[in-house]
Amino acid sequence: MSAPDLVVGAIVLWLGLGVAGLARPRHLAFVSRVVFPLGAAVGLALAAVALSAISAAPQMRELPLGLPDLPFHVRVDSLSAFFLMLLGAVAAAVSVYSAGYFRSSEGTAPGLVGFQYHAFLAAMALVLVADDAYVFMVAWESMALASYFLVTTEHRIPEIRRAGFLYLLIAHVGALAILLCFGVLQGGSGDYTFAGMRQQSLIGAWPSVAFFLALAGFGAKAGLLPLHVWLPEAHPAAPSPVSALMSAVMLKTAIYGFLRVSFDLLHGQLWWWGVAVLALGLVSALFGVVFAAVQTDMKRLLAYSSIENIGIIAAGIGLCILFRAYDKTLLAAISLTAVLYHCLNHAFFKSLLFLATGSVLHATHERSLGKLGGLIHRMPWVAWLALVGTLAIAGLPPLNGFVSEWLLLQAFLFTPSLPQSFVNMLVPVATAALVLAVALAAYVMVKFYGIVFLGRPRESNLAYAHDAGKLERTALVYLAAGCVLLGIVPVAVIALIDPVNVALVGSSARTGTSAGWLFLAPINADRSSYSPLIVLVVIVAVVLVTIQVVHRLYHGRVRRAPPWDCGFPAQTPRMQDTAEGFGQPIRTVFEPFFRMQRHLPSPFDGKPRYAVRVEDPLWHWLYLPIARGSDVLGRMAGYIQQGRISVYLTYSFFTLIALLLFIQ
Amino acid sequence: MSMSAYLSQLVQVAVALMLAPLLVGWVNQCRAWLQNKRAPSLFLPYRTIRKLFVKDAVVAQNASPIFRLTPYIVFGAMTCAAAIVPSLATDLPFARAADAIALVGLFALARVFMSLAAMDIGTAFGSLGARRDMFVGFLAEPALLMVLFTASLISSSTSLPQIVDTLAHHEIGIYPSLAFAGVAFTMVSLAENARIPVDNPATHLELTMIHEAMLLEYSARHLALLEWAAALKLFNYSCIGLALFFPFGIVVSGADWLAVMSSAPLLVAKLAIGGVALALIETLSAKMRIFRAPEFLGTAFMLAVLAMLVNLLLGA
Amino acid sequence: MESLPLYAQLINLLASVLLLLAFAMLAQRRVVTLIDLFAAQGLALACSTAIVAYATAQPHLYFSTAITLVLKVAILPWLLHRLVQRLDVKWDVEGLINVPTTMIVGLVLVIFSFNLAVPISQLANTVTRATLGIAMATVMLSFLMMITRRKAIPQVIGFLSMENGLFFAATSATYGMPMVVELGIALDVLVGMLILGVFFFQIREQFDSLDLKHMEKLKEGEAE
Repeated sequence: MSAPDLVVGAIVLWLGLGVAGLARPRHLAFVSRVVFPLGAAVGLALAAVALSAISAAPQMRELPLGLPDLPFHVRVDSLSAFFLMLLGAVAAAVSVYSAGYFRSSEGTAPGLVGFQYHAFLAAMALVLVADDAYVFMVAWESMALASYFLVTTEHRIPEIRRAGFLYLLIAHVGALAILLCFGVLQGGSGDYTFAGMRQQSLIGAWPSVAFFLALAGFGAKAGLLPLHVWLPEAHPAAPSPVSALMSAVMLKTAIYGFLRVSFDLLHGQLWWWGVAVLALGLVSALFGVVFAAVQTDMKRLLAYSSIENIGIIAAGIGLCILFRAYDKTLLAAISLTAVLYHCLNHAFFKSLLFLATGSVLHATHERSLGKLGGLIHRMPWVAWLALVGTLAIAGLPPLNGFVSEWLLLQAFLFTPSLPQSFVNMLVPVATAALVLAVALAAYVMVKFYGIVFLGRPRESNLAYAHDAGKLERTALVYLAAGCVLLGIVPVAVIALIDPVNVALVGSSARTGTSAGWLFLAPINADRSSYSPLIVLVVIVAVVLVTIQVVHRLYHGRVRRAPPWDCGFPAQTPRMQDTAEGFGQPIRTVFEPFFRMQRHLPSPFDGKPRYAVRVEDPLWHWLYLPIARGSDVLGRMAGYIQQGRISVYLTYSFFTLIALLLFIQ
Repeated sequence: MSMSAYLSQLVQVAVALMLAPLLVGWVNQCRAWLQNKRAPSLFLPYRTIRKLFVKDAVVAQNASPIFRLTPYIVFGAMTCAAAIVPSLATDLPFARAADAIALVGLFALARVFMSLAAMDIGTAFGSLGARRDMFVGFLAEPALLMVLFTASLISSSTSLPQIVDTLAHHEIGIYPSLAFAGVAFTMVSLAENARIPVDNPATHLELTMIHEAMLLEYSARHLALLEWAAALKLFNYSCIGLALFFPFGIVVSGADWLAVMSSAPLLVAKLAIGGVALALIETLSAKMRIFRAPEFLGTAFMLAVLAMLVNLLLGA
Repeated sequence: MESLPLYAQLINLLASVLLLLAFAMLAQRRVVTLIDLFAAQGLALACSTAIVAYATAQPHLYFSTAITLVLKVAILPWLLHRLVQRLDVKWDVEGLINVPTTMIVGLVLVIFSFNLAVPISQLANTVTRATLGIAMATVMLSFLMMITRRKAIPQVIGFLSMENGLFFAATSATYGMPMVVELGIALDVLVGMLILGVFFFQIREQFDSLDLKHMEKLKEGEAE
């Protein structure tokens, strides 16, 4: 059985599981003990199949589905296989988690959620293997629709309905742009298969039009500025496993689509495309992380952090396009490796963090950071595994976030070899923006972890928090282990990614001089090398030796006492930093970025209150004017509707006369 | 890698561990002289660390294992950093495992763990300190990276021994971009090591503390390790500065360990001069309020970016 | 990069010092320090002129060095210090936009100047032609300083610093300019300073402050 057959088999299995769950929708044990774990198994199988398909040759299959003249084409090549592996590996973990998460059979029926969930997974897999525009759009729309229903699982709450509506709206705007892009790519031949599009050679401004339409369409789904506004609304509104899946995998399908169009379907890139994508990516990254620093809702914070990571990925893609435009294929391969590695890393650590917040939400029913705290004592499993995720996302060695950022920075440092001096000089500025975003990400994650898990509980009901169940723990351990492994053996992972480089940019990222399996040395071991395993071993060794030496030479006695209260004995846990407080320095420094509404208490208030609301300025500058404009247009169009039958009949009469004249 | 390379690596780490508190003592002594006060003994930091090790550790009731583990992790990270920075020789096997970016990553690791430990206590003051330290850190870390990138653009490598080799052993060249980078680096190291004008290391007013705020809750062996790690951090930053801007005297690769030991007096002399300069800067400046720190560090950041631009323009 | 002769490296270094000082003046808030930085800039300029004079054996540049030293390092800063004391404007200078934004704009200007200078410097035939970009950047930054400051003294210093940049461009790109041109420029600057000095006294007497936003009141008076 070839790879496409197996993948299609996995898709069918997922759909089948979903439908099976519909048979007994309210039977919780069936759904959570049978349907979801089987879905996880299918995910793992899919990941295994994809793993072997990355280094194999591309294989196509024509399915008998679809319309009579437009059959479905599917194709598994290295790019699709890489993202399929990502999908399978992460979906397995999230499915196992969901088996333990959906615990009540009131509200939305678990069987229905199971159906939507598996349909979502199947649609994403179909997007990744689609080989013509028709099945791509069908799968894309199904993905959007399935995720819309998942986002609005708790549809009785108005904010959630509103978030779902915004999500669907922007998803459709993006889908429109993608459709138009495919329309341009087929170049007038009427052949909408990707194979046909590869044969086309567009001239003049059409490649740029196609590129920017793809950027708009896929950027909308990925969450790039300015079409990012749905992300901070939809991710918190959805149940946590769904947020994890959306953030970890769905955003990556958009990246997949963008890579497919820019490198596979378009031949020859222009340097200014790369600069545009680089600039957009860096702006998104800075925007995302600055907004994440001022959030008070833990899932919104993680959503903005996703925007930041997607921005970093887009910056890497821009760099790759830039290198490719100047025919520096080795450097393009290195930046593409950094991009794909970061996709994989982000999938693992973001889903880990979202699932951890799901456990916290389950245990405490609180999403607001101001009402959490001290959970490391009540939920040790979740807390320690979330620590791994936090350190990974902050980009600290020796975990996986650091490796992809290291690779990207190395790629940036090679840019002075470009012929155009203007682009060369932009590079220090771009590097500066990137490292600033990375440093701020550490700030944001310290805020997240510290306020949720450390310190003392800010509310008294947190004393009843319980730790995560066995299934949830398994999923979290799996994802944390993935983060650690991806960080420690980067050379193996890069060997895995390499066939994608060859396929897309025409060069392998590994050069002749091999520095061995232990050292990651992209160009040359003299130039730069990094070995996370050695760093980890040395740090652990130093820590253990120090502990032993200190305890032997001196002692290990410990006494517990109340903390230092600065001379003010009546300290309560509420006096710890709130989320707004922790974000205040960022708010002060980056004030022009935000649109803040503050309510300051006056000295004459009987009950003084302080409130601050931080809003997205793009919402007010871009979206509200467009909404008002479309309102005005709608009202103008409403003049046609007079409400009287004779008027409508007059319209038909005039149309008839016009047609008769026209035919003549 | 030969045995002598490993030996010189160990010697370097040992020298760093031994000399770091002495550097702190020397800076304190210079400061006292400049302020017309009677200085404490040069070896006071050693006695302080030993005194702290002997005491019983008192830990807050609320503290989790992160609080107790952090001093060891911070100390380990600083020791690893000392193993990467070429202070005596450039023959460092461990530097192949971690380059300049990883060095900054290690500093970030230490900073993140200290902030988490400060938030672990659960008082208003701990989270205040954590917030301030991460605030100074998020601007200082990019500036340091950009300074290191300037040096790596000149020497086409991000590996610190390679950078030192290029800067020290090519013909005597004056690199103008390093002038910018030097000013930026000085500003960054003042901020990261909690020196005036960013933070006063000798303050006892809680509202003005940044780095001290995170040490406040620690005692006994934990505090000893953190003080030692802070001294190591100052030593590392001084050695990075010497390696980038005054690299003469660092033994190039291939020499035996006797040559390594003989470059130690030169290192001590350079550090002594650096200590005097640090004390001079501290005495002549006043501490800024915390919200001026972004301007200060922002200037350092811009200067570092400018250094890279000048390098691209002039080719040096 | 092939190694340049020693004098060219020193000139590159002094060029960077010039740019560094221009940037530092942009970020500086105290007027007294601003004047000292300007004096340092003059010193760097004098040194670089002396080096060019020595390396290219043009003795008339030694006169330029002497004039620069006397005027820009000694007389002008002393005059400005006295002015500052008489007018009592020692405190912090606030700009129209805050310091970080000014610096970002400054950085953009530097990139712009560097890029502009690359093709132009191919035309010159001196070894130090790469510093043309730095000289242009200094001029741009000084102009920015003139625009974004509110008090009058920093604007004057920006004007003088612009002249420093132009002078440096001349010495690095063409190894000095004819003595006549140079004396002419120096005279212009001196006369400009005198006129501005007179102006400041008048402004001070009229508005009791050297804050230039008071000048806008003149417009409202006219509009009646």
